[in-house]
Amino acid sequence: MYHYNDFDKAFLAERNRQFRAQVERRVAGNLTEEEFRPLRLMNGLYLQLHAYMLRVAIPYGSLSSAQMDTLALLAEKWDKGYGHFTTRQNIQYNWPKLTDVPDMLDALGKVGMHAIQTSGNTIRNVTADHFAGAAADELEDPRPVAELIRQWSTDHPEFQFMGRKFKIAVSAGAQDRAVLKAHDLAVRIVKNDAGEIGYQILVGGGLGRTPMVGKVLNDFLPREDLLPYIESTVSVWNQIGRRDNKYKARIKITVHETGLEEFRAKVEERYATVRPTFSGVDQDLFEDIKAHFAPPAFRNAPTVEFDSAYDANPLFRSWVDTNLTTHRAPGYSIVTVSLKKHGETPGDATADQMRALAQIARDYGHDELRISHEQNVILPHVHKSDLPAVYAALREADLHTANIGLISDIIACPGMDYCALATARAIPVAQQIATRFDELKLEHDIGHLQIKISGCINACGHHHVGHIGILGLDRAGVENYQITLGGDATWNAEIGQRAGPGFAYDEIVPAIERLVNGYLDLREGPEETFLEAYRRLGLAPFKAHLYPETQANAA
Amino acid sequence: MPRAFTPKVITANALIEGDVIYFTKDDTWTRDLACAEYLTDEAHAQVRLLDAEQQVDLVVGAYLADTTEGENGLEPTHFREEFRRTGPSNYFHGKQADSKQQDGQAA
Ligand code: HEM
Ligand code: SF4
Repeated sequence: MYHYNDFDKAFLAERNRQFRAQVERRVAGNLTEEEFRPLRLMNGLYLQLHAYMLRVAIPYGSLSSAQMDTLALLAEKWDKGYGHFTTRQNIQYNWPKLTDVPDMLDALGKVGMHAIQTSGNTIRNVTADHFAGAAADELEDPRPVAELIRQWSTDHPEFQFMGRKFKIAVSAGAQDRAVLKAHDLAVRIVKNDAGEIGYQILVGGGLGRTPMVGKVLNDFLPREDLLPYIESTVSVWNQIGRRDNKYKARIKITVHETGLEEFRAKVEERYATVRPTFSGVDQDLFEDIKAHFAPPAFRNAPTVEFDSAYDANPLFRSWVDTNLTTHRAPGYSIVTVSLKKHGETPGDATADQMRALAQIARDYGHDELRISHEQNVILPHVHKSDLPAVYAALREADLHTANIGLISDIIACPGMDYCALATARAIPVAQQIATRFDELKLEHDIGHLQIKISGCINACGHHHVGHIGILGLDRAGVENYQITLGGDATWNAEIGQRAGPGFAYDEIVPAIERLVNGYLDLREGPEETFLEAYRRLGLAPFKAHLYPETQANAA
Repeated sequence: MPRAFTPKVITANALIEGDVIYFTKDDTWTRDLACAEYLTDEAHAQVRLLDAEQQVDLVVGAYLADTTEGENGLEPTHFREEFRRTGPSNYFHGKQADSKQQDGQAA
């Protein structure tokens, strides 16, 4: 884990002091809302439908148990007892009072957390593979690179007022678990033919109104060139990116309009001037940072407790088979804790659940926790012999749902239940789909299937890259849901195709049920996932299940 | 032809709590839509919006929201305003809970 030094702490304390004074001036009537709004957004404070919302960054999704305890404290003391984990590895509090926010920020500052650059046209929270440092398939822990980028981008004077926001993700796995290709810029840690580790840089991905898949800007960048290269890229976009229209301002549009070749040439040109300004201090810093992420002292112990529990307890077995991932260290597992209990709000955790997770991490998890973009919590390092105890503790906290990667493991943005930009609700649709398939007892049979739901075109719920994507719209004053199929959030990123006309709020769950039943009919066998079947067959046969009436009329 | 004016209320979020509030006839703010000033004349509505916007140290983002007079008094015509006056659908939080609490206190 990265621990803040005195300078970091002093910086945060000063920022929080400034914000406290700004809030006081706003309340006293000395600042107008026009003046205050950019100031509060710089500190992650939005105004939503029913209340303010504070968005706190969880850099690259990594948390210690003390930090998780503080997130619980905020939920309990200044909110309504819960928090919402998001696809960008942030946590959102939906009910803070304006005058409480400075105290919340001070509490966060004590454990090295903040809400800076979680909003506004800045470089946002740097995200990473949530299995970082634990996955069996990664070249190295990507978090030191993410932390380096975080330190470079935080309060970077050139990048505080850009044309639009800028999102960066880092991953080092053979599999992409960080949706690299949906980011403005992504760093993929790779090895070249000579066996050296370096970086592949992707640019111009993004979802929202104009979804685009990221493209390779540089195939192999030597280690020491990373920051100057990223700085050049952001700087070129900051200069030539469009500021006339906020819908055209993201780097994906710049790359699209300029052309990848020409954009690359501009980056190279800029790089020639930027490179010499990096003296190598960043590399010394990188070495320091790496020391913070040294792997925990893994222990070598027998796993008999695990084996006997696995044989004896079918519930434990089902959870193990669904929620565990192979760890790089022998005898260890990566545990994904589902925040998707059937019928609950995806990504929400109560203060008690957060504390239970912190305690489990302390007792059995080398004090480490992660938040995934899929809105779940990860215990990255659990020894197999501790799994029965971890499972028991999770049961106590009602966190033992065995559904990772299944149809009820749904991503959903806050939608019209909270978000001021929403055009329809997303959360209740997710709740109803999960409840329905739980009743049908079908989800293990259906297998790997990702449903992602957004409450408006901004696509915070990643609907474009869901195997089944659901987009909530406002059609003439009524909620209407559009379905896309065949999206893919992995290394083979794909934007889903629109299936046809949308469905009313009370028609969307039956429509999904028809679609999934259709898949069960169409697949070659249980091994063929929804996405594979879709790729083999194309849209037409799925459409026939979604729109049986039109099919009947046409016949 | 200009579109006919549809009746409105003025709504905003409270500066400190951030919750939904409505502008009343006597220049105060209420948390209950039923107590809002019902605006049926366009010119008058615009003047009242200017009045509401004066109160910068109490409210954020005042605007005119479509409203009708239904069987149970004032009602929003769009579902967004319906959610704003009720609260989220995934928890019993926000106005739906607060008004119950107030009823409870009154009883
Ligand atoms: C107050 C609530 C929120 C507001 C105002 C908001 C605003 C937006 C906007 C305007 C965009 C489109 C950006 C563009 O196309 O240029 C966007 C995209 C996005 N947001 Fe949000 N959002 C909110 C909540 C969330 C939440 C809760 C999450 C995570 C669950 C999230 C994650 C994302 C992601 C992943 C994207 C798409 C990636 C991209 O930027 O291209 N946002 N958001
Ligand atoms: S997708 Fe739309 S509704 Fe959902 S959180 Fe983003 S801006 Fe709000």
